[in-house]
Amino acid sequence: MNWSSLSEFLSMGGYGFYVWGSYAMTLICIIGEILLISNRRRTLEKQYGHTSGLDKKRDINETTS
Amino acid sequence: MFLWIIKRDLLLAVRRRSDVLITLFFFVIVVSLFPLSVGPEMNLLRTMAPGVVWVAALLASMLSLNRMFSSDYQDGTLEQMLISPQSLSFLVLGKTLAHWLVTGLPLVLMAPVLGIQYDLPGDALFVLVISLLIGTPVLSLIGAIGAALTLGLRGGGVLVSLLVLPLYIPILIFGSGAVEANMAGVDFAAHLSLIGAFFFVSLVFAPWVAAWSLRVSLE
Amino acid sequence: MAINWFKYSSPASFYSLAGKMIPLFAAAAIILLIMGLYVGFFVAPTDFQQGEAYRIIFIHVPAAWMSMFLYVVMACWAGFGLAFNTRLSSMMATAIAPTGAMFTFLALWTGSLWGKPMWGTWWVWDARLTSELILLFLYIGFMSLQAAIDDPRRADKAGAIIALVGVVNIPIIYFSVQWWNTLHQGASVSVNQAPAMASTMLMGMLIMVFASWMYSIAVILKRVRIIILERESHTAWVAELQKEGVV
Repeated sequence: MNWSSLSEFLSMGGYGFYVWGSYAMTLICIIGEILLISNRRRTLEKQYGHTSGLDKKRDINETTS
Repeated sequence: MFLWIIKRDLLLAVRRRSDVLITLFFFVIVVSLFPLSVGPEMNLLRTMAPGVVWVAALLASMLSLNRMFSSDYQDGTLEQMLISPQSLSFLVLGKTLAHWLVTGLPLVLMAPVLGIQYDLPGDALFVLVISLLIGTPVLSLIGAIGAALTLGLRGGGVLVSLLVLPLYIPILIFGSGAVEANMAGVDFAAHLSLIGAFFFVSLVFAPWVAAWSLRVSLE
Repeated sequence: MAINWFKYSSPASFYSLAGKMIPLFAAAAIILLIMGLYVGFFVAPTDFQQGEAYRIIFIHVPAAWMSMFLYVVMACWAGFGLAFNTRLSSMMATAIAPTGAMFTFLALWTGSLWGKPMWGTWWVWDARLTSELILLFLYIGFMSLQAAIDDPRRADKAGAIIALVGVVNIPIIYFSVQWWNTLHQGASVSVNQAPAMASTMLMGMLIMVFASWMYSIAVILKRVRIIILERESHTAWVAELQKEGVV
C-alpha cells in the first residue's frame, strides 16, 4: 500500500491535478457516451409510441409507472 | 474518349474563365496575407515560405474540388458517363487531369513569383516549383475521391475538405520539407522521390476509387 | 456440422444475440476496470523517474491502442459491408466510429495532461501525438460524411470507402509524421516510450486494456442495437417486437 493517508492519495505526489484531471475526463467521456446512447434509445422508444418498453424487462417497470 | 474529356473540360474551363482565376487569386491572396500578419521581417518569412506556399496550394486546389463533378451532376452528363462503354475510372482520370490543368498548373506557374515575395533563394524556388509540380496532381487525384463521395450533398464543400485534408498531410509534409531541406543545404531528393511515389500510387488507385464512389453516389 | 456463418448476420437474430451479450461484456468491463485501477494505484510502485504522474499511463495507453485498433476494426466491418453487401456489417462500422473517436480524444487529452509535468508543455509535436490528432480528423471525417448523407445505404457505402482509404493512409501518415518529427527537432527530443515497466505496472496496464476492450464491445453492441432498430423500423420483426413490448 503506497498511500498512508487519503490526502496523500489525492495529492498524488504533487501531480494530483494531472492524474485526476485525466481520470476525471475519462469518467466524463464514458458516462457521457452511455447517457448519449440511452437517450438516443429513449427518443427511439417515444417514436414507437406508448408503453412499449423497448429495453430489457427492468426498463419496462420504469416506462409503465 | 480520354482526350475528348480533357478537351471538353478545358473548353468548359476556358468558357468559365472566372473559375480558373478565382483559384489562382485565392492562392495569391492567401500567400500574401502572411507577411501582413507575421510582419515584414525577411528571414522569418524565408523560413515560413515553403509551408505557407504549400498550405495555400492545398487550400486553393481544395476550393475547386466539389465543382469538379457537380456541374456534370446537375445537367446529367455524369449519368451518361456512368453508362458509357468507356471505363468510368478512365473518364474520372480525364476529369482529374482537366481539374489539375485548370487549378494545379497555374499554381505551379505562380509559385516562383510568390517565392520572390518571400525572398526565397533561386534554387529553393526551383525546388518549390518541382515539388508543387509533382504534388498538385496528387492533390487533385485524392481530391477527386472526396468530390465523388460528397456529390450532391448539402454542405459538400466543407465536407470535402474535412475528408481530404488528413489524406493531404503526407504530401504537405514532404512538399514543404523538400524546400526546407534545400534551403538548409541538405539533400532534398528523398522528399521529391517520396512525393513521386505518392503520385504514382494515387494515379493508379484514386481514379478507380473515385469511380466507385461515383457509382455509390449516383445509385 | 456446417457452421452457418450467416445465421447471425441477419439483423433480427443478431439483435437478440447482442441483447444477451451486452450484460456479459458490461459486467466484465466493470470487474476488469476495478481490478486494473486497484493494481494501478495500490499495487504498482512509485516510478523512480516520473513520480506518481506516470499513473496516467493506465488510461492513456489503453485509449491510444483502442483508438487505433477500433479504426482498423471499423475499416474491416466497412470492408465486409461493401464486399458482402450485408447491411449489418456497415451498421457495425457506423456504431464503432463514435467510441473510436472518444478513445482518440481521450488519448490526446490524457497524453497532453501527462506531457505537461513531463515535457513541460501541454502539446508537443511528437510523432505519436500528431498522428493521433490526424486519426481524430479521420474519425470526424467518417462520422460527418455519414451524417451528411440521408439515405442509409449510400451513407454506409460512402463511409466504407472513406474508412478504407483512411486505413490505407494510416501507416503513410504515421511514417511521414515520424520522418517529419525527426527531421525538425532531431532525434534528441524523441521521448522514451513507457518508463521501464515494472511487472505490476505492466499488469495494471494490460488489465486496463482488456477492461477498455470489454467496455467498447458492450457500448458498440448497445449502439448497434439502436441503429438496427432505427433502420429496421419498417420491418415485421420490429413491429412484432414492439407489440410484445419486450425487446
